[in-house]
Amino acid sequence: MGKKTRMTGAKALIESLYAEKVDVLFGYPGGVLLPIYDEMFDADINHILVRHEQAAAHAADGYARATGKVGVCLATSGPGATNLVTGIATAYMDSVPMVAITGQVPSSMIGNDAFQEANITGITLPITKHNYLVTDVNDLPRIIKEAFHIASTGRPGPVLVDIPKDITTDELDFEYPESVELRGYKPTKIGHKKQVKRAADVISKAKQPVLYVGGGIIIAGATDELMELAQTINAPVTTTLMGKGAFPDDHPLCIGMPGMHGTKYANYSIQESDVLISVGVRFDDRVTGKIESFAPNAKIIHIDIDPAEISKNVRVDIPIVGDARSILNMLVEFIKEDLKGQTRTASWIKKVNKWKKQYPLHYKQDGTLKPQYIMEQICDMYPDSIIVTEVGQNQMWAAQYFKYKEPRTFISSGGLGTMGYGFPAAMGVKMGRPDKVVFDIAGDGSFQMNSQELATVVQNDIPVIVAIFNNGFLGMVRQWQELFFEQRYSFTCIDDSVDFVKLAEAYGALGLRVTKPEEVRPALKEAVESGRPTVIDFVVEREENVYPMVPAGAAINEILDLEDQL
Amino acid sequence: MKHTLAVLVENRPGVLARVAGLFSRRGFNIESLAVGITDNPDISRMTIVVSGDDRVLDQVTKQLNKLIDVIKVSDLSPADAIGRELALFKVKVDKGNRSEVIQIVDVFRAQIVDVGIKTMIVSITGTGDKIDAIEKLLRNFGIIEVVRTGKVSMNRGAKTVKLEK
Ligand SMILES: Cc1ncc(C[n+]2csc(CCOP(=O)(O)OP(=O)(O)O)c2C)c(N)n1
Ligand SMILES: [Mg+2]
Repeated sequence: MGKKTRMTGAKALIESLYAEKVDVLFGYPGGVLLPIYDEMFDADINHILVRHEQAAAHAADGYARATGKVGVCLATSGPGATNLVTGIATAYMDSVPMVAITGQVPSSMIGNDAFQEANITGITLPITKHNYLVTDVNDLPRIIKEAFHIASTGRPGPVLVDIPKDITTDELDFEYPESVELRGYKPTKIGHKKQVKRAADVISKAKQPVLYVGGGIIIAGATDELMELAQTINAPVTTTLMGKGAFPDDHPLCIGMPGMHGTKYANYSIQESDVLISVGVRFDDRVTGKIESFAPNAKIIHIDIDPAEISKNVRVDIPIVGDARSILNMLVEFIKEDLKGQTRTASWIKKVNKWKKQYPLHYKQDGTLKPQYIMEQICDMYPDSIIVTEVGQNQMWAAQYFKYKEPRTFISSGGLGTMGYGFPAAMGVKMGRPDKVVFDIAGDGSFQMNSQELATVVQNDIPVIVAIFNNGFLGMVRQWQELFFEQRYSFTCIDDSVDFVKLAEAYGALGLRVTKPEEVRPALKEAVESGRPTVIDFVVEREENVYPMVPAGAAINEILDLEDQL
Repeated sequence: MKHTLAVLVENRPGVLARVAGLFSRRGFNIESLAVGITDNPDISRMTIVVSGDDRVLDQVTKQLNKLIDVIKVSDLSPADAIGRELALFKVKVDKGNRSEVIQIVDVFRAQIVDVGIKTMIVSITGTGDKIDAIEKLLRNFGIIEVVRTGKVSMNRGAKTVKLEK
């Protein structure tokens, strides 16, 4: 190292990607990318050619969420770059480490509305953690180094690097920097000790504590620390949609998901808690419901790496900024000193368990094919799968009816709620975790937003299984129309869109159709054992609803179940 | 409630767009913004006046700090800081009232920087209040054009907003 080699910008980009240990990249070529793609031809990087740039971004995102590494995607200038936008926004909302590389028209033409010019750094300003337009080839290695550093540290997020064509053919003396020098970027890692002690004292005195935890636990790799804390204080744990897998769903202290489609007992527990220990969460409106009535009696402790999340939506009593893992470690030590093996939560746990018994997640089993039943069968047969989801009812059932035990096994667009995310993301997941069975739990609507990627999974032999809960509706929207708009199903019926089995076959994938409960298990078995990219068209009960449910604007304890009158 | 923020940023293209974009996206209200280079040519300093309660100020500060190109954000309290704006007024004058305008300019320690046959340009630096006050008086003669800068501000005494090493 330390030796400089003369090379073009395109080659330097590839060398930089090697230095960042990038082994998979999702991309799509175009005019301004020709020099880069020419280098890519012999590069020791597994380039996956997608069929739409949006899928490249989602695949990079899925890869990142499944592995914890930085996902990388590549698109050409103009339309290629703008096609990435939804994927970048999705990653931004869910704090996913990603580097998006875009080609740009030659420097001399920027600003002239040149052919295929789009101001992608301007467009992505509000949806990237940071972005760069490279103006000098000599800056390229430093910028790539910084991009990976920024994407993966602190609160992770997408970083975009826009590279004009001339930069890729200009030459430089390449040397990859060993460290980054960013005086404006120094994420706080270690929590403030005094604050942690204060939190410990409050927690030790709590009679009805609840742990409300999210994606931050998974990003920080703090699942063991969370387990230790939960057991030390003997408190129930509610995991958000993004936090699924941070705490095992089958653990006695687990109370499932909070919020709009959470469990009744999670919501009741939060509302009656005296101390709410919030870790790696952001008090999203889908969790809090009517914010003024959220956890009305609780002292709120908020642990997060991002200071801007503290007191953004709710007033926090004890904020602690830093890395969840080290803070939880410190916290547990203090609490152990305070508690000396005692806890005061026995009657609280009893109460929570009573709710748990009284209000379990359930659905009506009437002999028809129910999506919840399918999820239960997947869970029973392939409990170690990674479940990726689309958006809508399918997503909620996937969250509710599969028991997640490990981090990075539930992968879903939470913040942006991007239909079409699941399938390309599943592709990225499978690339990152080829050892795992990977399902995309899909809606018939969502799947059609990126079904062209069937070509990609077949061409590259990426055996993911798309399980379509085909209800012939944009189901989640239909559910709201049913409940709040007098069943006026305005433009939500999409039945007979396409024969999904034939669609799969047309691309060379395996297509299966299931219409009865007894066909579910054989079909799942066939799909998994085929080792091929598979689409299973589960023709499910058309007007099944997701319950429980907190109506918009209601407090989260005003949660309704199947039997409750709206 | 108005707050004055001193923000040190990397002197790079696009930084202003990042800051301005942040304010509009998050629904913060910028009352004024002034930007210029510092004694270190790599660093620019923005003075941003923002209105909102303490919670808004807290969010603005944290969100600004999240921008990679923002190096430092300080809240300058009005009691401890000097604030100055610059304004130019093009005033309609005639033979009869020219001396009256000059008198007002003297009282305010403003300057006349251009004299035409029917116009004068008055230049004034000072606090926003002072500028508002002279504007009110000049309006009697007829103001043809006004241009005002955003506020720039600096701590009194030895206290500074600098990059700590
Ligand atoms: C890109 C995008 N467009 C629109 C929406 C709004 N939306 C949320 S859920 C939903 C319906 C999803 O339908 P489907 O994929 O069939 O899933 P289902 O709810 O039927 O399981 C829609 C339209 C969205 N989330 N994303
Ligand atoms: Mg549907």
